[in-house]
Amino acid sequence: MAHFTKATSVKDWLNQRLAVEKVEKVMMSEYWIPKNINFLWAMGMILVVTFALLLVSGIFLLMYYQPNVNLAFDSVNYTIMSEVDFGWLWRHVHGVAASVVFLIIYIHMFTGIYYGSYKKGREMIWISGMLLFVAFSAEAFSGYMLPWGQMSYWAGMVITNLFSGGSLHADGLVEWIRGDYVPAQAFLNRFFMLHVLLIPLAIIGLIGLHFGALRIPHVNNQDGEEIDFDAEAKKYLAGDKAGSKVIRFANDFMAKDMMVVGVYLVFFFYLVFYNYGFAMDPVNFDPANGLKTPTHIYPEWYFLWSYEILRPFSTNIGLIAFAFAQVIFFALPFLDKSPNTVPASRRGLFKYWFWAMLIDMIILTAMGKVPPVEPFGTIGFYAALTFIGLWIALPFITKMEKKV
Amino acid sequence: MKNSSRRGFMGKAFGAVAGVGAVGALYAMKKTWDPLPSVKAAGFTTLDMSAYKENELVVEKWRGKPIFVLKQSQEMLDTENKNISQITGKTTAGMDKKRLIKIGDAHYLVCIGLCTHLGCIPGYRPETKDFLCACHGGMYDDTAMVKKSPPPRGLDIPPFKIDGMKLVLGEEGPEYKKMKETGITL
Ligand code: HEM
Ligand code: FES
Repeated sequence: MAHFTKATSVKDWLNQRLAVEKVEKVMMSEYWIPKNINFLWAMGMILVVTFALLLVSGIFLLMYYQPNVNLAFDSVNYTIMSEVDFGWLWRHVHGVAASVVFLIIYIHMFTGIYYGSYKKGREMIWISGMLLFVAFSAEAFSGYMLPWGQMSYWAGMVITNLFSGGSLHADGLVEWIRGDYVPAQAFLNRFFMLHVLLIPLAIIGLIGLHFGALRIPHVNNQDGEEIDFDAEAKKYLAGDKAGSKVIRFANDFMAKDMMVVGVYLVFFFYLVFYNYGFAMDPVNFDPANGLKTPTHIYPEWYFLWSYEILRPFSTNIGLIAFAFAQVIFFALPFLDKSPNTVPASRRGLFKYWFWAMLIDMIILTAMGKVPPVEPFGTIGFYAALTFIGLWIALPFITKMEKKV
Repeated sequence: MKNSSRRGFMGKAFGAVAGVGAVGALYAMKKTWDPLPSVKAAGFTTLDMSAYKENELVVEKWRGKPIFVLKQSQEMLDTENKNISQITGKTTAGMDKKRLIKIGDAHYLVCIGLCTHLGCIPGYRPETKDFLCACHGGMYDDTAMVKKSPPPRGLDIPPFKIDGMKLVLGEEGPEYKKMKETGITL
């Protein structure tokens, strides 16, 4: 039976009702972080901060944005940019954050790949992370529709057409997604709904799942060492802080994390104030026109690698290769057959696999940006084949790996 | 025991009600995403075919989509058998004339101006008499047959009906039905 006594302080009052002290321990002061990690482990916190920036700037944009095909373009490019005081600030923060968040996500992912942080109990962290990647991609795409410029319209046309499935001719499905034969009012309205409500809700839920998945295995460390967190925590609490391999999440580890976040924010606001151009495509400053395609359509930089996997092939093969690229990272924990959870540098062939994959994705990104002419077409074609080949090779080279 | 079987029954009963509700809700959600009747009510567009000039592309609009109209010159008709399809490697002469619409004495190409690859609008180049899609480099000849992939097929022909010198888009006339049956268009 719950029994309440007269509170001796505000904290005690809250404690009796919400167990705040217990919560504080579980979430912060007795959530243990290995000492042996570097700044790359701050990427998760940077992502949380960037998501918060997106949320706050989005709320202010929402107060003036008009989800209507006749008004959307002006509500963004005129009302928000020149009428609303500091409207430009929210727009630049939102645009820059949407672009930079992908840079950080890619660093975060490749950190996980390098240190093997997706196996030995960490599979759910990886899978929830990939779900976050998909959700962020959908969020970025739906947001890109909203200013209703030329790139919004034509990216909307091309991407929704992917759902016709090539020779399957599922035109009905495409029209269903759009709510019209072409992107129009119904399309803009529903992508607006997705962008400001449904996908953000899903992202918040997925972040919760991602953190929940971290709880039991804890974060990995630079040597992939399997730490007995209970024993190390006991040592720490008994006073042997120097001998223990772990520290408290808050405030001890947070102080380090926030240091990296601080450096990041300086860089971030430098971009917002002085170098925001990269996050705004010039073509999107022309209003949408269904009767004129821009001479060269390309997605934002973070989608270029998968777009380039689609491009050099004929429709059907291109779609299959594209679908493969979209889902294959989910399978990483199951395709890596090696028992080792150590940095790639100590893993024999996997070391080369890691760097080859990273470089191949950079090449694909570069080739996705240039017009579809030679020799770029050929380079892109071989880079796409390399991407697929590397994934096919992965189970074999990791199977041969010696246990370290 | 008695209690738990009653609970089991209640669980199943709830499951049944919830199941019916879920299916109903999903159906309603699906239908809510459907295009509205006002959108579907087929738009009809009537074109006066006597107004077009040879080898000059005109872009009309039907159901929000661009429609290409290209009146063929005698030269374009004559060189048709020289076009080689990159996909089949054969001359396109057989297919060519069948894709054109004959009105009066003139032949017209009338097609939906959206690349069959992923829907960009290809541009017409009157000097080389072909279409180039800038998105992924697809090419079509002057009857909008594919010359260079990735597009999987020529530009689609919209439903049409010939009415004297006029062409009604959105209605299926006998000439269109024949094109569909013979696989000239989808
Ligand atoms: C906005 C999206 C994301 C947020 C807010 C987020 C947040 C975090 C945080 C706070 C951590 C713990 C600290 C750290 O190790 O960095 C973490 C760990 C991790 N995340 Fe994410 N993450 C996101 C997306 C992703 C994605 C796309 C992946 C890859 C598929 C991923 C995979 C991982 C892995 C494998 C770990 C464990 C690292 C380790 O144990 O060393 N995350 N994430
Ligand atoms: S959309 Fe025309 S080639 Fe891809």
